[in-house]
Amino acid sequence: MRRTRHLSTSAAAALVLLSAVFVLAPAPALAKTEIHFWHAMTGVLGERVNEIASKFNATQNDYEVKAIYKGDYTTTLNAAVAAYRAKQPPHVVQVFEVGTQTMLSSGAVYPVYQLVKDNGVSIDWNDLIGPVKSYYSTAGNLSSMAFNSSTPILYYNKDLVKKAGLPDKPPATWAEVESTAKKIVGAGAKCGFSTAWPSWVLVENMHGWHDQPFADKSNGFDGLAMTLKINGPFGVKMMEFLARGSKEGWYTYNGRGPKGEANMGAGECGIFISSSAYIAGLTRASEGKFTWATGSLPHMEGFPQGNSIIGGATLWVMKGAKPEEYKGVAQFFKYLASTENQAWWAGITGYLPLTQAAVKAMEASGVYAKSPNLKTSVVQMNAGKTTPNSQGLRLGNYGSVRDAIEEQIENVFAGKKTAKQGLDDAVAKSDDILKEFAALYK
Amino acid sequence: MKRTVFRNRWLPYLLVAPQVAITLVFFYWPAFDSVRLSLYRASPFGDRLIFVGWGNFARLFSDAAYVRSAITSVLFAFIVTVVGLALALVLAALANTKIRGLGIYRSLLLWPYGIAPAIAGILWLFIFHPSYGVLPYVLSFVTAYQFNWFLKGWVAMTLIVVAAVWKQFGYNLAFYLAGLQGIEASVLEAASVDGAGPVRRFLAITFPLLSPVTFFLFTLNMTFAFFETFGLVHSVTQGGPGDATSILVYKAWKDGFENLQLGLSAAQSVVLMAVVIGLTALQFRFAEKKVTY
Repeated sequence: MRRTRHLSTSAAAALVLLSAVFVLAPAPALAKTEIHFWHAMTGVLGERVNEIASKFNATQNDYEVKAIYKGDYTTTLNAAVAAYRAKQPPHVVQVFEVGTQTMLSSGAVYPVYQLVKDNGVSIDWNDLIGPVKSYYSTAGNLSSMAFNSSTPILYYNKDLVKKAGLPDKPPATWAEVESTAKKIVGAGAKCGFSTAWPSWVLVENMHGWHDQPFADKSNGFDGLAMTLKINGPFGVKMMEFLARGSKEGWYTYNGRGPKGEANMGAGECGIFISSSAYIAGLTRASEGKFTWATGSLPHMEGFPQGNSIIGGATLWVMKGAKPEEYKGVAQFFKYLASTENQAWWAGITGYLPLTQAAVKAMEASGVYAKSPNLKTSVVQMNAGKTTPNSQGLRLGNYGSVRDAIEEQIENVFAGKKTAKQGLDDAVAKSDDILKEFAALYK
Repeated sequence: MKRTVFRNRWLPYLLVAPQVAITLVFFYWPAFDSVRLSLYRASPFGDRLIFVGWGNFARLFSDAAYVRSAITSVLFAFIVTVVGLALALVLAALANTKIRGLGIYRSLLLWPYGIAPAIAGILWLFIFHPSYGVLPYVLSFVTAYQFNWFLKGWVAMTLIVVAAVWKQFGYNLAFYLAGLQGIEASVLEAASVDGAGPVRRFLAITFPLLSPVTFFLFTLNMTFAFFETFGLVHSVTQGGPGDATSILVYKAWKDGFENLQLGLSAAQSVVLMAVVIGLTALQFRFAEKKVTY
């Protein structure tokens, strides 16, 4: 106990000394203007982000983008909040879609369309693919720079499908998911159908995909949302369907976040729904073990066609920097939006190419012919219909809302509550959370 | 005790100043700030600060989920403490006998304490995981029951209880071992001569003589289970399934850092602060008075 305390004392002293050194360090002569870019990408993705920064830095001599890894999405957002409060914000910070409304309401951001316009840079926003543009725009103007966007797609294990004596194609409807999963389990597999990111895939996206409202005020796009709509006929039907699957054993719930991916990657699951960005992970996990393919999200018969909703993160520009620094940020964004960068990024990560030009470039270069799975998300989103219900979700305290939903769907899948009861409870809790946010920004 | 006399009357103050400064900056300042923040509805970026008085506390105590979380925490802390202490006491008694290779046994028993809670969590995750865990695999030969803690609350709870007990085990054992070695052999021998068997000797002599240690460990383990199991919950269950393992400290973190509801989170940390002050006061009051030495 004593020892640790002494240690922490000396650590604190060292920290003070270190920061003194940094403060006193003279600015390098003929300095390039530094642009601090805080991100949350680890592993391979982190290396790719560094690659983007160094490629951009090599294109010109005036600015230097420093890509700094700050921890996961939550930690990065918190670091930006702390830095902003200490009046030392980074120029650019990567924030996940859950934080969108928080950032919009914060009064701490410099909208991207404005930044680009103010600095005389031209980016063809109309070339952005629809859902990406709609999700992050306010009144048609982009608030944050689209960066890594993904959308859920369906994966299936070809070996298990073959073993069950089924044709090699993805199920197109939920009824087909059920019959396929049943046969796969019948053929001895451990898990017929599973999912990752439960609220995002099964509730948020299913509402968008079937053109059903998720929250009031057009999912929060026409003002702060105050109530969820997920306990309507569609939401209840969807939940009842999954709860029955869980009870009958052809749907396996494998936890929150990306946890379910472990089961798919181990070759246990026949059908699986997760982010399109899981392509890279599954490619590695399945190597030499099993084969798989992808397809569009399944449809529930009797409901209209909407579109899937994107997830992932965008880049926000923080207020409080100098004009010449913003000039550099605008240049950096122009580079990010370039077809060359987009096609490269989407080709190696599984994230969506953000512009139609990049899609065409990938088509032309043969990336899609070589890895057709990379194209599934694009095909799905271009085939879907982006409506007010599927343009995206904009909720305050979105993270808490997601927690409330996932808590209740776990209760439903465990058979502790009926679908209707669980969803009603999730709505009641979420409404309380939404009202709290609205009270802050009234 | 030797009393040190300083020639310069300011020197002692100077020597303690760094420690005092650190305590003030890293303990008192954040504590007071939490209390202040708990009275506000605050925006993440600090541009809005609306005074709500007891509003955050009222919201907390009227929230069924918070009350459930409090019950879960007390239950969790109590089970971890009782099971942990009982197990440590039994094994300490065994490790106190004269057997060969005692040093090795003792070192191995003390080992888990050196492992960070988050790492301990990951270790247990690998053992318990429904699809790649060892335990469910072994159990599948015995029973058809699915121990899927992604859906079954009691399995998730058992998992974190086991992990927490295991994590704190070495610490408890060390104290019990020291306590046992402090008991005079002559007292136990006298009891043997009077015809008391091993169980009687343990219940009538050893256990009462260990009561200061037990009390100390009780408060310490309660505090551990309440506050330091955060890493465990965060890395294994994330509070789920439902809210089955959402203990107070995890909920406070989640509402504050993940969900950026700062005022609400501050109110929760004030409640937790009150709990830890209560526990400490309890220890100081009773450890001195009610426990037989």
